[in-house]
Amino acid sequence: MSVLRQSLFAICVVALSFIQPAQAVTPDEILNDPVLEERARDISSGLRCLVCQNQSIDDSDAELAKDLRVLVRQRLVAGDSDSQVVGYIVSRYGEFVLLKPRLSMQTVLLWSMPALFLIIGLTYLLLGARRRRFANTTALLSEREQADLEKVLSSRDDNS
Amino acid sequence: MIVELGHYALIMALATSLIQSVLPLAGARIRDNGLMAVAAPAAITSFLLILLAFIALTVSYVTSDFSVQNVWENSHSLKPLIYKFSGVWGNHEGSMLLWILILVFFSALVAMFGSNLPASLKANVLAVQAWITSAFLFFVLLTSNPFNRLNPAPLEGRDLNPILQDIGLAIHPPLLYLGYVGFSICFSFAVAALIDGRIDAAWARWVRPWTLAAWTTLTAGIAMGSYWAYYELGWGGWWFWDPVENASFMPWLAGTALLHSALVMEKREALKIWTILLAIMTFSLSLLGTFLVRSGVLTSVHAFATDPLRGIFILCILIVFIGGAFTLFALRAQTLSPGGLFAPVSKEGALVLNNLFLTTAMATVLIGTLYPLVLEAVTGAKISVGPPFFNLTFGPVMIPLLLAVPFGPLLAWKRGDIWAVTQRLYLAAGVSLLVALAVTYFATGAPVLAGIGIGIGVWLIMGSLTDIALRAGIGNASPSVMWRRLIGLPRSAFGGALAHFGLGISVVGIVAVTAFSTELVANVAPGGKIQSGPFTLEFKGLKPNSGPNYSELQGAFSVSRDGENIAEIVSAKRVYTARRMPTTEAGIMTTGPNQLYVALGDETPGGGTVVRVWWKPWVTFIWFGAIIMSVGGVVSLFDRRLRIGAPARRKAGAAIAEPTT
Repeated sequence: MSVLRQSLFAICVVALSFIQPAQAVTPDEILNDPVLEERARDISSGLRCLVCQNQSIDDSDAELAKDLRVLVRQRLVAGDSDSQVVGYIVSRYGEFVLLKPRLSMQTVLLWSMPALFLIIGLTYLLLGARRRRFANTTALLSEREQADLEKVLSSRDDNS
Repeated sequence: MIVELGHYALIMALATSLIQSVLPLAGARIRDNGLMAVAAPAAITSFLLILLAFIALTVSYVTSDFSVQNVWENSHSLKPLIYKFSGVWGNHEGSMLLWILILVFFSALVAMFGSNLPASLKANVLAVQAWITSAFLFFVLLTSNPFNRLNPAPLEGRDLNPILQDIGLAIHPPLLYLGYVGFSICFSFAVAALIDGRIDAAWARWVRPWTLAAWTTLTAGIAMGSYWAYYELGWGGWWFWDPVENASFMPWLAGTALLHSALVMEKREALKIWTILLAIMTFSLSLLGTFLVRSGVLTSVHAFATDPLRGIFILCILIVFIGGAFTLFALRAQTLSPGGLFAPVSKEGALVLNNLFLTTAMATVLIGTLYPLVLEAVTGAKISVGPPFFNLTFGPVMIPLLLAVPFGPLLAWKRGDIWAVTQRLYLAAGVSLLVALAVTYFATGAPVLAGIGIGIGVWLIMGSLTDIALRAGIGNASPSVMWRRLIGLPRSAFGGALAHFGLGISVVGIVAVTAFSTELVANVAPGGKIQSGPFTLEFKGLKPNSGPNYSELQGAFSVSRDGENIAEIVSAKRVYTARRMPTTEAGIMTTGPNQLYVALGDETPGGGTVVRVWWKPWVTFIWFGAIIMSVGGVVSLFDRRLRIGAPARRKAGAAIAEPTT
């Protein structure tokens, strides 16, 4: 596996020096069945091109991406379901090809973080709001400064 | 000679920066006005010296002096003149110099126009700026010197990366850096306030124009970059969730939050601690972005040539500055009092909610960008986090925020009445609902989300119009009174409404192009026809052409609608002579807000050519909206109270005595 990966990165380095503008899917790859083709496009846009810089195989015109696109279509024609196709590609190339990582022990933090962040933030704010009701404040500016400031604030923008 | 002069100026600038890092700070500590007064002239001197260095590098580019290694690596004598100028920052060393130039430019602005700042605050701010400047000058001089010479000098240069040979390079990085680096001022103000242990509403008023300026240019810079990628990379995408895009997007999200929280702090003296934290966070994210782009830890279309030493160097800068600022924050934040009180339902409350969602969105992008790196470092497992992840997580965080936006400006400070505000928004809500239903009904086959998305965009647009109409006193004043009120409104009110309006326009564009764009790939021979959107394209064939430093194959298409010929689109495939590197030049036709986008592929054995055509309805709204947002920023910046400046403590009388109507 690691040998494969190393060689992939070697190709990657070479590929970078000849970076090609993306051309992606070519007419000869397109399946006749529009429903299957649509599914193939959907699947390909979620699979990473292993020799490119952050492109899906759907966007990339690298040879390897083309091979993978053809492979995806072959599996679909053979009657695989979407998840079977993805499973097949992952079994050959590893989780790395998935642009949307699967939920697992390793990615549980990744997937739950936005929700956790929001919940923690909201809880903190609600608790803070309750606490603040009892808190009192002290003026930081001197009285004169505060008066000056008030005067400026009120004279400049009574409308907002 | 000029090259050595530039190099020398850079070293001198390091010396002045070091002086500026130490003396003013000591002066502020021991209340020595003489020492504090060193800051301003030192800042201006550093700026002039780095400007000189920058001019020196530009001169060697324009005169194609290939004895300079940096010029040899990134330029070519046949390169058009404009790219000789913009090529200065089309590489790691040069762009770093531009980065520093902008940094000292901002310091010089504070030095020149900060005469109303309290002396100790000004001295501290400039000292902190100088720490950043010194760190990056060390970085440039030790690892990325643009002035290294080659002996013997090569006869011809290796040319600039063809993708960068575009007007986009002249505009995108300077704007982006103005934004990115502009947030350094907010950072310096925050750190200076923490050192001083004193922070008040006046502080927020001083910081707000800088935040606004940085935010405005960053917004414009990101939009410009997005459009550039859209037309140059040739696959019709406008946002790729590329790590480097994320690196510029995170400071934008944090900066947007900062803009809003500084508003609360200025008006109500609340959220002080949070505002300070955000100011530190925003620039920390800018620094993180600089690290991600230049260290080579990420693969990306934008990444510069990698060198591990550079990565480690920036990582150290990152740790010192971010770590230092947060440590200082942890030590001092407790001494700052929390300030004004407000009920949860109030303008302050709405802005807090805005901040919560924006920081969550920012955290989502941050985690998505860094997670694969951290996971690989910890467990060795390699995963990818790509567009599907971001679309799935970022979207749901943004939707509630976008829904809440129109409420914010209408709520009163301190204690708001949510039902009264809702009633005022009935019209806006009704119109958006109608539009959403209409879209869902008429656009057969489009996802249901399209209707909802466009409805949200319209909701934002209508919300901002409602805001302005209500401020003008619609319904309870005569037209002439309303008009007088309207022109009497503070500019910041218009600025805010414009920014929200622009956001709505962008949302409409994003949703429309995501839901309704069509793509067509075909193998056509000359004379062949392609149908895309309401148009028919006829392929006229390929013909060779050559430019100053490239040769190309142009494919011409005549575009007709209902049998009537309306335009010609020329799309090309270029090969740049020096690097033998191919690029696509997409052919784009704009009709109203829509675009027809044509890219050429390879020629096929049968004499045909692979052609890719996208019909992208409403796509220009994406960038047009961002431009409106930036204009909103500029309008706010010209608000009277920011233009006049913050109340000066000592000379307060002069500023306040001015008559106001």
